[in-house]
Amino acid sequence: MSEGIAKKFMFVNRSAPYGTIYALESLEVVLISAAFDQDVSLAFVEDGVWQLRKGQQTKGIETKNFSPTYRALEGYDVEKLYVERESLEARGLAEDDLIVDVTVLSSGELGRLMDEQDVVLSF
Amino acid sequence: MLHIVNKSPLERPSLDACLRIAEPGAILLIEDAVYAAARGGAAAARLAEATKRHQVYVLLPDAEARAIADRLIDGVTTVDYGGFVDLVAEHKNCQSWL
Repeated sequence: MSEGIAKKFMFVNRSAPYGTIYALESLEVVLISAAFDQDVSLAFVEDGVWQLRKGQQTKGIETKNFSPTYRALEGYDVEKLYVERESLEARGLAEDDLIVDVTVLSSGELGRLMDEQDVVLSF
Repeated sequence: MLHIVNKSPLERPSLDACLRIAEPGAILLIEDAVYAAARGGAAAARLAEATKRHQVYVLLPDAEARAIADRLIDGVTTVDYGGFVDLVAEHKNCQSWL
């Protein structure tokens, strides 16, 4: 795989985790991209920041709690997790409320990072 | 880069997120997002402001279908489906705010 072409992929996560399937589907594609040795980054914007909330308990809704997977991403060399500050603050959240270490960016910083990507996938 | 929005600004915050994050570039409004470009609408002022930083395009068939093609704000450019394809081809990358 090291001979292949690595592109910069950004996954833009904008949906809350359980109301729709987008968050879980995004994670699946992220893991596939990582398996192909691509340069992967994840952005969490709008309700997408709820995906990273600590302490999710999904027994009562009989749905798999996939939030621990975000902590496993490091093992797949996916270490670029970005959260938009405005989205976080609009939901009363701070970095400490999140299940993984992230880089909190201003809207402009995130926009510049998005500009640099070869491929941007929206979930 | 090219940003594509397809949700009404009164239904979802997609346009606001796009306008907040997008670096100066191109924004294409399609489907229900074309309502943002309707003169007198709640989002029209924000979009007009955005035309100073971005090239803003409206997919004309969607505006015509919704009977707002005759009342688009100044500063936006209409494109047909061929124009949509050209915009995608001209830009290095694209984010769809679906």
